[in-house]
Amino acid sequence: MSESKNTTAIKTSSARAYTMIFALAIIWLYFHWATDSIFLTAGNLSNLALQTSVTGIIAVGMLMVIVSGNIDLSVGSILGFAGGFAAYSLSTSGYGIVTSIMFAIIVGVAIGILHGTLTAYFNIPAFIVTLGGLLAWRGAVKWLLGGNTIPISNDAYKVIGGGFIGSTYGWYLAGSAILFVLIMAFRRAKAVKSYGLGEANYSSELFKSIIPIGAIVVFINVMNSNEGKGVPIPVLILLGVAVFGSFITNSTTFGRYLYAIGGNADAAKLSGINNKRNVLKVYAVLGALTGLAAVISTARLGSASPDAGTLKELDAIAACVIGGASLVGGRGTIFGALIGALIMASLDNGMSLLNVRDYMQDIVKGTILVLAVGADMTGKKT
Amino acid sequence: METLLEMRSIVKEFPGVKALDGVTLNLYKGEFHSLVGENGAGKSTLMKVLSGVYPSGTFDGEIKVEGKPQQFKTIRDAENAGVAIIFQELSLVKELTIGENIYLGKEPATFGIINWSKLYRQAAKLLQDLNLQLDPRMLVGNLGIGQQQLVEIAKALSHDAKILVLDEPTAALTESEVETLFTILQKLKDRGVGMIYISHKLDEVFRMSDRITVLRDGRTVGTNETKLLNTNKVIAAMVGREVGNIFPVSNHEFGETALEVKHLNTFDIDNPNKKVVDDFSFSVRKGEVLGIAGLMGAGRTETLMSIFGAWSGKNSCEIEIKGKKVVIWTPQEAIKNGIAFVTEDRKRYGLVLDQTILDNLTLAALKQFSSTFTTNRTKETVAANGSMQGLKVKANSALTVVGTLSGGNQQKVVLGKWLLTNPQILFLDEPTRGIDVGAKQEIYAHINRLAKSGLAIVLVSSELPEVLGLSDRILVLHEGKLTGEFLKNDATPEKVMACATGQTEYLSVQTETREPEKVSNTNE
Repeated sequence: MSESKNTTAIKTSSARAYTMIFALAIIWLYFHWATDSIFLTAGNLSNLALQTSVTGIIAVGMLMVIVSGNIDLSVGSILGFAGGFAAYSLSTSGYGIVTSIMFAIIVGVAIGILHGTLTAYFNIPAFIVTLGGLLAWRGAVKWLLGGNTIPISNDAYKVIGGGFIGSTYGWYLAGSAILFVLIMAFRRAKAVKSYGLGEANYSSELFKSIIPIGAIVVFINVMNSNEGKGVPIPVLILLGVAVFGSFITNSTTFGRYLYAIGGNADAAKLSGINNKRNVLKVYAVLGALTGLAAVISTARLGSASPDAGTLKELDAIAACVIGGASLVGGRGTIFGALIGALIMASLDNGMSLLNVRDYMQDIVKGTILVLAVGADMTGKKT
Repeated sequence: METLLEMRSIVKEFPGVKALDGVTLNLYKGEFHSLVGENGAGKSTLMKVLSGVYPSGTFDGEIKVEGKPQQFKTIRDAENAGVAIIFQELSLVKELTIGENIYLGKEPATFGIINWSKLYRQAAKLLQDLNLQLDPRMLVGNLGIGQQQLVEIAKALSHDAKILVLDEPTAALTESEVETLFTILQKLKDRGVGMIYISHKLDEVFRMSDRITVLRDGRTVGTNETKLLNTNKVIAAMVGREVGNIFPVSNHEFGETALEVKHLNTFDIDNPNKKVVDDFSFSVRKGEVLGIAGLMGAGRTETLMSIFGAWSGKNSCEIEIKGKKVVIWTPQEAIKNGIAFVTEDRKRYGLVLDQTILDNLTLAALKQFSSTFTTNRTKETVAANGSMQGLKVKANSALTVVGTLSGGNQQKVVLGKWLLTNPQILFLDEPTRGIDVGAKQEIYAHINRLAKSGLAIVLVSSELPEVLGLSDRILVLHEGKLTGEFLKNDATPEKVMACATGQTEYLSVQTETREPEKVSNTNE
C-alpha cells in the first residue's frame, strides 16, 4: 500500500509541472479568445514575460528554500527594504549605479544570513522567523524612506527595469543558447562512452535537444516581433537566474543536499551532511535573489515606495506550489516554479486586459491556487 | 484464588507473520505476574490484544475478565472493563498538568464545563493514595521520567483499574526511581490489583513476581510459580530453539586493531541523569565481526550513535582509530575517519524514500563524485550501477524510486550507500530487521565477504541467532553495562541470554579473552 503511494508521489512531482504547462496553454487560449486576440500578440507576451520576471526571480530562490523543508514569508518586505536601500543610496546619498545595486544585493544576503542563522542554529521555526521578518523589514523600509516614495531619476538605472536588448543581440543570444544546448547534449553522449556505460548515442541526444532549441527560437522570434525591441532586460536577468537555479539544484552537492534535507533530515544528517550550514546557505541565496529582484522592481517603477513588494512572498510561494513543490520539503523543480510564476502572471495580465475588477482578480487567483493543489491531492489518494 | 483475567488460545496474524500462535495466560486477584521472552516473542502484541489496541475481531481467541467474556473494540472499552496498560513509551501530554493528564478525556464536567476544583481534588487524592508528594497542578513536562511513570499509574487507577499491565516500566528509570515504583506496585498488589509485568530484567522479575510466564515465537512455553523456578530454567525456556544454518561459515583473519573505544558513557536524552551506556570499553580488529547482543534498552544503538557523533544527548568517550586518538563530534567527522553506519529503521534514518536509488546510494559520498562546484551524474551512475550489481539490488534501474522497493532491496541500498564511502569500520544496527529470509541470507553473505576484505564490523542485532551465527566475538550489554564477552565457539544462546538479563557469571570469561593477541591465536 505504502509502496504504490510513494510511486504516485514521485510521478506527480514532475507530472504536475507538465499538467501545469497544459493548464497554462488553456489559460492562454482562453484569454486570447476572450480578449479578441490581444493576449497572444508579441507586445502582450513581451509584457507578460516582463511581469513574470520579479516573481520568477524570487520563486527560484523560494523553490530552493521550500525544497529544503523551510519557508520564507519575508521576501516581500525584504524586496521593499533592499529596493528602498538602493534607491536611497542612488537618489539621496548619491552613490553610483553599481554601488547601489551591490547594496541591494548585500542587504538581501545579510538579511538571508540572519534569518538562516536564527532558523538553523537557534532552532526557531522558519515560519516564525520570517513572519517576524515580514513585519520588521516592512517597518524598516518605512523608517528608511520616512514614509515617502523616493523617485529615481537616473536613466541608466531605469534601463535595468525597462530596457530591451534589441533584435540583433536577441539572435546572438539565441545562437549562444542553442550552442550551449548542443554542447551539453554532446557532452552527455560522450560521457556515456567514456565511463563505459555503452556506446555514445549522438543522434538520440540531438533529438532530445529539438524541443529546447525550438523553444529558444520561438521565444526570441516573439520577443523580436514586438516592434523589434527584443528581449526585455529583466527577462534576460530572469533567464540567467533560472539557468543558475537549475545548475544549483541539479549539478551541485549543495543542491542535492537540499533535496535530501527536505526529504529526510535525519537520514541526511546521518549521511554526514551539515544540515544547519546548508539551510543557512539557502536563505543567503534567496536573500541575494530577492535583492536582485528589488533592483529590477525599483528600476521598472522608477521609484521606491514603502509598500513595494507587499504580498510578493505569497506570489512566490504560490508559484512554487503550483509548479509541483511540496511544502513538506524534498520535492520541486526550478522549471515547475517558473511555470507557476508564469501562470500567476498570466492570470494577472489576462484579467487586467479583460478589465476584471481587482477584488475579483484576487478571488480568482486564490481559488486557482487551492484548486491546483487540491486536484493534485485527490489524484494522489486514488 | 480468584481469577481476574483469562486469555485463551490467542492467535494474532500480521501479513506473513504469526505474531501470536495460541497464547494462554491467566491472572489472579492481587497477583504479580511476569511475562518474559526474547525480543519479538510476542509480549507486547499480547498486551495490545488485551488492551484493545488491536480491536476484537482482528485476532482469534477468548478474553474473560472476572469470568465474563469481553470483546474490546477500543482502548476505552478495555479501560471500562478495568484493564489499564502502561506502555514503554509514556502517553502523557507534557504541556498539560498532572491533574489534566489523569482525567484526560473523562474530565468531571457539567454541560461541557469542567469542574476544575473537583478534578484537582480527586487528582490530589489519587496521588496521596500512592504516597506521591506532587502538586496536581504541576506540568507533567517538569517531572522526571520516573515521576511521569507514577503519574501514568495514578491515571490508570483513576478509572479503577483491576488489571494493570506494565510494559518495561523500569527501562528508563534510575535505581532509586525503581525502588519507589516497586513500593507502589507492592501497595497496589495488597489492594488486590492484578499486575502483568513485562521486563527483560530477570532480577526484578524474580524479586517481585508470584508467577512467571515465558513466551517464545508467539507461543506460551509455560507458566509456573516463581519459587519453583530459577534464572537458568527461565533463560532456557526463553531461547530454546535451534540456531538455523543460514549463516555462512566464517574463517576471518584478524589484523590490527581498527577501532578502540574507551570509557563510553552515554546519557538518556529525556532523562539526562540516567546512563544508557555505562563505562563501556571495547575494540574491534580489521577483518573481525564483533557482535553486540542485548535486549531492548541495553544501550546498543546508543553506543553506535555516540561513537558516530549522532547522539543528541550527553555522551563522552575516548576513541582510537588504528592506534591514533581521534575526536568525533559529528557524522561528517566519523565518515572522514572511515566509519560507516548502517542505521536501524532504514525508513526513518537510512533513506530519502522519495528519491531514486542513485540519489540515495551516492548521498554519503557525494563529494567523491564531484569536482569543486559540480556533481558528475555519469560518474554517479557508474558507481550506482556497480553497487547495485555487487549487492544484487533488484530494480528496473538506478533511477527507480527507493520507496517502491521491497524491504530487503531497500536495506541493500542503505548498505551500498555506506560502502561507497570506502569505510574501514562498518557499524550495522539491526541490518536484517523486517526483511525476508532470502534477503537476510544475502546480507549475511555480504557481511562475511566484507569482513574477509578487511573491514572491521560491529554488528548489533536483536536476533540472537544472527549475532551468534555471524560474529567472531560477542559482547553482551545489560542496562548499558558490559555483562559478558564470548568467543564465537564459547557462546551459547543460554549464556548470552543470561548476560543479557543481567547475570554477570560470565563476565570473568572476559578477562581471559580481553587481550586481542590471545583471541587471534584461534584463527591463525
